[in-house]
Amino acid sequence: MSHSFDEISQQLKRRHRKSARLKWISMGALGLAGLFLVLFFADMLSKGLPAFQQAYINTEVRYTEEASRDGRLAFEEELLPLISRTVVRVIPLQLRNNPEMIGTSEQRWMLATSEVDQYLKGHRNRLSDEEKAEIDERVAAGQVDLRFNKTFFGSGDSKIAENAGILSAVVGTIMTMIVTLLISFPIGVMTAIYLEEFAPDNRFTQLIEININNLAAIPSILFGLLGLAIFINFFGVPRSSPLAGGMTLALMTLPVIIIATRTALRSVPDSIRHAAFGVGCSRWQVVRDHVLPLAMPGIMTGSIIGLAQAMGETAPLIIVGMVAFIPDVSASFTQAATVMPAQIFTWSGEPEQAFVEKTAGGILVLLSVLISLNAFAVVLRKKFERRW
Amino acid sequence: MQTNQLLLLFCTVLLLLGLVAFFVGRAKAARVRASGAAMYAQPDQYAWFAVLSTAGPAVLVGALGSLLLLLLGADIPPMYLLAASLVVAAAGLAVGVAQVKPHFHARQAIERVIRWVLTGAAMISIFTTFGILFSIISEALRFFQMHSFWEFITGTTWNPGASFLAAAGRGDGSGAQFGSVPLFAGTFMITAIALLVAVPIGLLSAIYMSEYAPQRVRTVAKPVLEVLAGIPTVVYGFFAAITVAPIIVNIAGFFGLDASYNNAVAPGIVMGIMIIPFISSLSDDVINSVPDSMRQGSLALGMTKGETIRDVVIPAALPGIISAALLGMSRALGETMIVVMAAGMRPNLTANPLEDMTTVTVRIVASLTGDQEFESAETLSAFALGLVLFVVTLTLNLVSVLMIRRFREKYRVNNL
Repeated sequence: MSHSFDEISQQLKRRHRKSARLKWISMGALGLAGLFLVLFFADMLSKGLPAFQQAYINTEVRYTEEASRDGRLAFEEELLPLISRTVVRVIPLQLRNNPEMIGTSEQRWMLATSEVDQYLKGHRNRLSDEEKAEIDERVAAGQVDLRFNKTFFGSGDSKIAENAGILSAVVGTIMTMIVTLLISFPIGVMTAIYLEEFAPDNRFTQLIEININNLAAIPSILFGLLGLAIFINFFGVPRSSPLAGGMTLALMTLPVIIIATRTALRSVPDSIRHAAFGVGCSRWQVVRDHVLPLAMPGIMTGSIIGLAQAMGETAPLIIVGMVAFIPDVSASFTQAATVMPAQIFTWSGEPEQAFVEKTAGGILVLLSVLISLNAFAVVLRKKFERRW
Repeated sequence: MQTNQLLLLFCTVLLLLGLVAFFVGRAKAARVRASGAAMYAQPDQYAWFAVLSTAGPAVLVGALGSLLLLLLGADIPPMYLLAASLVVAAAGLAVGVAQVKPHFHARQAIERVIRWVLTGAAMISIFTTFGILFSIISEALRFFQMHSFWEFITGTTWNPGASFLAAAGRGDGSGAQFGSVPLFAGTFMITAIALLVAVPIGLLSAIYMSEYAPQRVRTVAKPVLEVLAGIPTVVYGFFAAITVAPIIVNIAGFFGLDASYNNAVAPGIVMGIMIIPFISSLSDDVINSVPDSMRQGSLALGMTKGETIRDVVIPAALPGIISAALLGMSRALGETMIVVMAAGMRPNLTANPLEDMTTVTVRIVASLTGDQEFESAETLSAFALGLVLFVVTLTLNLVSVLMIRRFREKYRVNNL
């Protein structure tokens, strides 16, 4: 069967069109992934940025004798439902500590309830029409305004939405990460040094290698089960404590650090080792004085990335109980604490509308910390990377 | 005295002894050398050996003793333990200093100690694996003593019911049923949705990046995709629950379908987005390591570029691509936060992804975060589920590693 040139060129055209189509489709797939990312960040920013602002009401606070017994009496009555319970509650205490204030009055920006806050931001709220009218009036008079949300960054968790902050979670995260780093960094680096520089190539070494690769792929929640069964139930580490959480996360971060360190050690050329051996260094002296310093930037980069990964991890921490409600900032390794992702998880479960914003705000804080950590790691690598 | 204070005391005394060992050892070595004897090592090395021989055995004794104290409930007063380890330290100090002799190889001794320490560190990863296995299996065995394994694997009703009462000594927990089929059905449903999203997008992105994209696009696109893997899962969970799920419900409503807000599609899609980079980056590496001679041969025979990719490159890279998909699948199976936040809590055996359904990981979290007794069947069931999860993900990982190894051997590439 013979084809005419026309038929063949038709066929060719079709084949080339098909070929071009694959290019566009695959480009589209990559574009789609990029689009997801853009949409995701846009969504988080639009939901979370308002959390950094909070409604405040500028009003006269009358520090009368009655107000030192009942904080509510210090405010105008029609404003009371709009002002946060938390600020009303502390007025008697404040007056007791500063008795000379009794009898005075001052104009202050008071924290408004989350309902006012949500109304001002145009979200669903439970205010009555009169209250809305009242607020509108005061907004026009400049007495109600959205201001920078100090509470969010300056206080711990609270069941009252406008009073909830992320500070206790930040402190908890720092404590947990200290434990994680103190355990996983030395052990990880030592394991990698052993495997790369000391270990003979035998069954035992291969077993360790397979094992490490395997640990890197185990679902994180299983590390939580290990932490619960071994650290908490067996060794009696206090539940919910940064110690328990940090140890659990350390085991999870270990493979990441080991793999990164091995790569860094492997990238140091053998000529360095040969030269050091040649002038009579022992194996440990070669590693300590020559190989390790050269591999350090790579090790640091890997560790920071591992740490960032651990910082975003939630599932194992839930299992070891780090979703506790922590209103006060406590810097102790053995007391209950919470971490940023766990705080985000707790807030996401709160039914109130105001907590949606808090959750997204917490997410923005977490993401910015993670992004800066990763950016720092990249900069570190770029700055110190050596091509041999 | 408090444990903390004891520990502090121990550390301080040890530090002091260590300092003494260092300086005494060095002074002695310097003296010996000054007297004209040829020594095998530098004075500092003798000093460090003295420090090691002081601290090493003492720390070992202290750690062993406190381990016995904590685990086996051995009746050793902490004070005695402290005294014993300090005596050992002092003895070590004496030995260390006595060893400062011209014929002693201090450097080699240090080398041996360091090798042992490094081996010990490497053992920790083995201990971790065995720890996971041991903790999960032992608790899971206790669960299977209460409920039959067969019922657990084949039962279609998951209803822990009043099992927590039985552990508290009230009731017999007879109403509880632990059939894990609905949980696994939910897990596989969500995983399947995730793979339906991630495999095409990840694979096509990899094809674009390795076959078409100019170098500039590659250097930008790769890290951008990696960002997707770096976002914490709790954030994805929130995104799935708050943003994606309502969209799915609206779309379903538009077609006249009734969707739950805890439907399986939302967590599935978001999980798919999360595992795109796992699939794309490994596929990219694999496609890149398909030898160029195969492409050249195909093009020389008159194939178009698209046909070359479809009929030559992809089939050659297939083991690697499957391995990437399996890795992604094992990620998706073990993923917790997205499903905890966006999927349902109700065990539901259904084929309709718009209904709410729960997964293995959700049940693990749910049964361990309540206030139940640790001994209750519900709490222990978490470990049984964890065991199955461990076995499944381990198998997937091993198969994936084997496939990539086969690919590597076939094309002799070393960078995978």
